[in-house]
Amino acid sequence: MDYFLIGTSLAKIAGLLAVVLGIMNYSVYAERRISALIQDRLGPNRVGPAGLLQPIADAFKFLLKEDFTPGHVNKFYYWLAPCLAMIPAIATLAVVPFGSTLFGVPMVIADINVGVLYVFAIASLGVYGIVLAGWSSNSKYPFLGGIRSSSQMISYELSLGLAVIPIFLVAGQLRLTSIVRFQIEHGWMIAPFIGDWTNIGKWLLAVPMLVSFLVFTIAIFAETNRLPFDLPEAETELVGGYHTEYGSMKFGLFFLGEYIAMITGSAIIVTLFLGGWHLPLPSWHGGFHWAVVNGSAPGWRGIIGGIFNIACFFAKVAALLFIFIWVRWSLPRFRYDQLMRLGWVFFFEIALVNIFVVAVIVAYISK
Amino acid sequence: MAVTVRRPKLNWSERLYLPAIAGGMAITMRHFKNMLLGRTKVTMQYPEERWDAHMPEYYRGAPALVKDASGRERCVACQLCEFICPPRAIRITAGELPSTDRFAKVEKYPYEFDIDMLRCIYCGMCEEVCPEQAIFLRKDYAITGFTRKEMVHDKEKLLEIGGVMHGLVLKWNEKK
Repeated sequence: MDYFLIGTSLAKIAGLLAVVLGIMNYSVYAERRISALIQDRLGPNRVGPAGLLQPIADAFKFLLKEDFTPGHVNKFYYWLAPCLAMIPAIATLAVVPFGSTLFGVPMVIADINVGVLYVFAIASLGVYGIVLAGWSSNSKYPFLGGIRSSSQMISYELSLGLAVIPIFLVAGQLRLTSIVRFQIEHGWMIAPFIGDWTNIGKWLLAVPMLVSFLVFTIAIFAETNRLPFDLPEAETELVGGYHTEYGSMKFGLFFLGEYIAMITGSAIIVTLFLGGWHLPLPSWHGGFHWAVVNGSAPGWRGIIGGIFNIACFFAKVAALLFIFIWVRWSLPRFRYDQLMRLGWVFFFEIALVNIFVVAVIVAYISK
Repeated sequence: MAVTVRRPKLNWSERLYLPAIAGGMAITMRHFKNMLLGRTKVTMQYPEERWDAHMPEYYRGAPALVKDASGRERCVACQLCEFICPPRAIRITAGELPSTDRFAKVEKYPYEFDIDMLRCIYCGMCEEVCPEQAIFLRKDYAITGFTRKEMVHDKEKLLEIGGVMHGLVLKWNEKK
């Protein structure tokens, strides 16, 4: 038995879970404050300094409410659904490298060679939570929400999957740590020309990679049921969609599961397109060059570097979360047929064509 | 008659949606920025900030009984306010003034005077009907309580809200 591996893995799991759950709580707070500021309001500012203790009060509210199960539901699936909405979103984080190394330990829980496939496999389980919630509630609006969500998530998973293929064409790897390493050497995926300024092919590659990034980001919005695509919830037309019949902490799990899915989605976008934990710092030691900070330096410099990388990763995730929130409070919801048309007629085709464009560039021009 | 609504023909940048989306996002970002910089006027933060200074002269708040400059309760328990009160919030039990009282010639005084603030609609009719200038609507508006009983203002409470009012007609004073 490799006790060192097991011990560090457990420590990493505990640490990552604590950080992600903290971000989740405060992303709810950020959502409320930012939405308020966008709408010329102030938002929750009463509990604690500037309302910073609001997430704790919210959690207590969820926990202390009566856990009511309506009589007309299918009990087993009704109880199973909230867990299924929460667990896949958390489990996906296992393969995401959230830092370089700290004390010589790589900052990724499971460095498996099918990284992205694992992400897609687990993330698509998330739809079960919503579908089961809609079906087991035995009521019309949740049922409609469940149906909508199953078709929406399956439709957008196609463009999600196709939008990632250009990355594998460029990087030649599925392992997420290798993709990050590739981005450190050759520039982030949305700007693959960094460090290789003279190569016209690399500049050309940036265009389809940007398209791929946009399609992937929009598909992540649809996957996490965020606002321009929040058809499964659609509180103005479906009352609350799939969680109409849920209350107290069971509703809380759906609610927080959505935010965890947002964090996971942002983490994947950051890892695939925005260089993961990497932040190039300009350096002037004997001429200008980009310095790579990581945890491999000896002594305290390594520790600081490792912590800096982790902070970089979560800062990028936080920036993306802000964009998620900003978009939600700017754009109205799509009509259902528009949503389907967008998914099947535009993004699917764009992603498909993009693959061929990238393939041609990689094969003939950027070499 | 059926009318065919002609749809406007969109040019390609409008059909692309993206410029419109970018425009919308810019608007929300502008609001966000202006709020952060404190340029937007926001809602009054109620318990800390109050609008008392902006309250108009004619504001009708909690009804209250007043005393005049000589310290006499103005109310003579004529019960006109009790009769006029549309929601019947006022209940008066009249008592007789003892002959030793300085104002014994008034004869009646309110032994009990209750206003149920859960019923009061702040219409001001009690103030209008009062022949004695005894009841006035003051500017108190935050009337709260934990029980229904607490929300019934008795005579003591009404006099406390009302306080002493100067410049009233002193028709019961001794002739000079």
